[in-house]
Amino acid sequence: MNVSSAAVRACGLVKTHGQGQSRVRAVDQVDLEVPQGQMLAVMGPSGCGKSTLLHLLGGLERPTDGEVWVAGRRIDTLSERALARMRRRSVGFIFQAFHLVEELSAAENVELPALLAGRSRRQARRRASLLLERVGLADRAWHLPSQLSGGQRQRVAVARALVNEPLVVLADEPTGNLDTTATLEALRIFEELRTAGQTLVIVTHDERVAATADRLVSMRDGMFVDDARLAGSPTRGLGGLIGLEG
Amino acid sequence: MQDAVLAMLAKEPSHGYHLHARLRRSLGPLGESMNRGQIYVTLARLERAGLVVCERADGLPERPERKVYALTPAGQQRVAAWLAEVGWPKPDLAEFHLKLAAAAAARLADPVELVAAQRRELLRRLREAQQAALAEPAGSGAGLLLEGVVLRLQADLRWLDACERAWSRVDDEVEGA
Repeated sequence: MNVSSAAVRACGLVKTHGQGQSRVRAVDQVDLEVPQGQMLAVMGPSGCGKSTLLHLLGGLERPTDGEVWVAGRRIDTLSERALARMRRRSVGFIFQAFHLVEELSAAENVELPALLAGRSRRQARRRASLLLERVGLADRAWHLPSQLSGGQRQRVAVARALVNEPLVVLADEPTGNLDTTATLEALRIFEELRTAGQTLVIVTHDERVAATADRLVSMRDGMFVDDARLAGSPTRGLGGLIGLEG
Repeated sequence: MQDAVLAMLAKEPSHGYHLHARLRRSLGPLGESMNRGQIYVTLARLERAGLVVCERADGLPERPERKVYALTPAGQQRVAAWLAEVGWPKPDLAEFHLKLAAAAAARLADPVELVAAQRRELLRRLREAQQAALAEPAGSGAGLLLEGVVLRLQADLRWLDACERAWSRVDDEVEGA
């Protein structure tokens, strides 16, 4: 495989928690390659290690064993400072609980990572307003998170994740706290990101979120048990879905 | 299909091509594969059954004479009966359920692997239906139908998860024994 074509790559990835008898292998010998532009969903029951895997890929946690590469660069051996810089520049995170700064407006939340990455105030502001418009929140830019619905907050978080034009966006149960309507809005946004060619790894329980992906891996007890390509498969046409043909 | 075509004629007598256009509008992308021939075959059957009558109408100068279909009293009764009916298509889960049991009993295939293959297939369908649903404008009738397709696939996928859990447990017990 061509290493440089992969946005994210992991080999022999292991993460153990705890000591001695209570030692648990949260991630157990995982090999993974996410090519640029691919949208990958990871599904599995709670405790299967999928969130830990996401944290390892994004450099939020360090593996016990194995390697992680982002944008052709090995990241598990980086210093804390270099790792933080890599995260700011190359990775966008979306969390289940949004993790917005409550004291800052929607626009300021989106601007923050851009300012931390060294962009000018003006650049950051322009980028934030562009992204808030893209997620349909241009008219809510100056609202505080507490004045927004769950779905709107998650859309702010999506805009924030995109502000530094990351190579890859990592999303951990992005619809876990959303109602049906807000989930549909989120699906629309993920579908749009997929069409735009954004590399994306989403950990999810929700079949509908998983179905927006090009590829789906299933995890059990820290290991991959299935790897399915959802995109580009021959289908019998939509009519087949309601029994009109096929 | 017969009942749906018949019920559309309750609004007013129609040409076949007009019925086809109305069906296509209601079904959106789901009806793309439907051709006009299917409508004419259905109308011919309904006519033979005495549920519709066909009259020749004067054509426009640039178009030939066309057939206009209308409900007969028997057709009207059938439409009323269809509207009152509460029948519902039954999902055929028993067949898959028996497939797993038979495969395991004869050791022909691993039920867990059969479930995984089925799951991949349903996820591909879900992806297709969902992309079509998201592409529909808000308030579209076809979008509502697609939402139904999506929700059913989602329910089937959840059942497959339950199948996977149950058959994995059987595996573990065999290994443990």
